[in-house]
Amino acid sequence: MRVSELNSAVDSYKINQASLKAEADSKTYFGFWVYLMTDCVLFASLFATFAVLHANTFNGPSAHSLFSLPYALAETLILLTSSFTCGLAILAAQNKAKRLVLFWLLITFLLGLAFLVLEFREFANFVNQGDSWRRSGFLSSYFTLVATHGLHITIGLLWIGTMMFQVLKKGLNRITVRQLTLMSLFWHFLDLIWIFIFSVVYLISGGLNI
Amino acid sequence: MSKAMVVSVHNPNQASYRAYVTGFLLSLACTLLAYSLTVNHVLSQNWAIALVVATLAIIQAITQLVLFLHLGKETKPRLKLVVFGFMITVVLILVGGSIWIMHNLNHRMFLPSQIDKYMKQQDDSGL
Repeated sequence: MRVSELNSAVDSYKINQASLKAEADSKTYFGFWVYLMTDCVLFASLFATFAVLHANTFNGPSAHSLFSLPYALAETLILLTSSFTCGLAILAAQNKAKRLVLFWLLITFLLGLAFLVLEFREFANFVNQGDSWRRSGFLSSYFTLVATHGLHITIGLLWIGTMMFQVLKKGLNRITVRQLTLMSLFWHFLDLIWIFIFSVVYLISGGLNI
Repeated sequence: MSKAMVVSVHNPNQASYRAYVTGFLLSLACTLLAYSLTVNHVLSQNWAIALVVATLAIIQAITQLVLFLHLGKETKPRLKLVVFGFMITVVLILVGGSIWIMHNLNHRMFLPSQIDKYMKQQDDSGL
């Protein structure tokens, strides 16, 4: 066999391998997408519960009297910005810029942590003034919906943390970039859910008293 | 460099700087607009503001789905879109159905005073 034939055989083998790997990756992305969509259904059931129970205040505080809208806006802007910086981390990963990936992941992590702290302080504040989930149907549904989102954020933060560690140790190889991409999808998805929590729970139910 | 290195495989999750900046700015605009409409009570009817806020939320959601979550960027068969469509269907049935049926139930519910009367009637008829 001549050298040129051997070279072209090697090339076609490499192309084959690359497309096989890409196909395996696209299946992973699709599987994760299906998970995200089922998570949407979970949140939808909690939204439905909130929609049904939000007026059942049992002589306790209503959404209108309880929520602070500027506080909720601050939470929203922090989470939105973290979603953006997470995207910048993915762009940096595509450009193989490891330090930049770590930088944007760190920023995303800190913003996510700030969001979680704000949410926890809000919850603690409500509980301390006697308005916990035990107070009324409205508060039960509110805490369940928002805390489920908060739990997702906590898991997301753990994931970002482990990804930072992995990128630091292993660099940007196919596996870590794939994991980064899945993590970014998860994080964007959480911001997407928060849009509806902000709009329905805080603005429409809280601000407009509907 | 061999040919295999040059071949780029189509990646549906391929991101671009422009998409992220556009998505971020549009989301920011939707959020701030919805917030200021609510706080300043620009329309006299609260339900009208609620409708605008809900519309803005959906616009923002679509923006982020396309620009951040790369929905609709895949090649055929568009399974991602199919699953998304199914999810929307389930969510609409779940949320819409719950609100509808529970509203109906509330509407038909007795007042406490009516319950006493009803139970007395039932007692009298021997049930």
